[in-house]
Amino acid sequence: MKKNWWKALSVVLLLYVAVAGLLMPVPRLAILNETIRNLYFHVPMWFGMTFILVASVYYSVRYLRTPTPALDIRAHEAARTGILMGFVGLATGSIWAKYTWGEWWTNDPKLNGAAIAMLIYGAYLVLRSSFTDEQQRARVSAIYNIFAFATAMPLFYILPRLTDSLHPGAGGNPAFAKYDLDSNMRLVFYPAVIGWTLLAFWLAQLASRVSLLKLKVYEKQIA
Amino acid sequence: MKNRLRNQVSGWLSRAVLLLLALLLPMLRAAAQTPNQPEMADALRGSGKIYVVVAVITVVLAGLLFFLISLDRKLTRLEKELEE
Repeated sequence: MKKNWWKALSVVLLLYVAVAGLLMPVPRLAILNETIRNLYFHVPMWFGMTFILVASVYYSVRYLRTPTPALDIRAHEAARTGILMGFVGLATGSIWAKYTWGEWWTNDPKLNGAAIAMLIYGAYLVLRSSFTDEQQRARVSAIYNIFAFATAMPLFYILPRLTDSLHPGAGGNPAFAKYDLDSNMRLVFYPAVIGWTLLAFWLAQLASRVSLLKLKVYEKQIA
Repeated sequence: MKNRLRNQVSGWLSRAVLLLLALLLPMLRAAAQTPNQPEMADALRGSGKIYVVVAVITVVLAGLLFFLISLDRKLTRLEKELEE
């Protein structure tokens, strides 16, 4: 149980975010209205995705240094969790956009950048499934994963800032910090980011453990 | 002479009334604007029923997290079994 304190922290923070996120006072802003509370749920998806993808790259680099199936599994499951969070982020952002910007999808650099980045990661999954040899699959997908990360991050965080954008955190606009992330919102927003990020790591860890178990059972059957 | 005084007084009066109106009318507008603030779910919170939604979301989230915890435990057990 000592090893699992961060899972307990995730549970506590997420329950806190569900309650405080809906009940804590938020700034009164036209157009946004109560949807400003989406900040506690939509934005942490992207934070969680970024952190879990960093972990995935870390495991991929480690795999290339010392190739073991366990490291490949960890890198793969972390990337899968990141992709899941990214798609949830796109879906929630789309709903939010419909009721504030009036469209399910706007041709905004931030949105299109995120969509292209998700496609790059989608290709990672396709690439993995196209190998029959396990070592080849692990090595090539580790290399691709590193390049995918290096390509996706500028699409998420750098290119949208260079042009005009509706989306906060783009178009030279330093996200919500500038105008409406007041001290009340920070009390919920930061725990939300930590809680959802820990949940992402938890999901990735569970998925990795299932895959590792499968591998071990398979090895035992062969032996 | 009486007429002139009366004219002067009425002149001051009308000026005073105009000044007062100039000061008060913007306040009236401001007062009228208060309800035009961005709409928030005040009524929901006022009636107290938002707590019902919060409770439902909390139960759903707690259920999902409980499932995750039990899955985690099952996995730990399986891992131990496989090691033996």
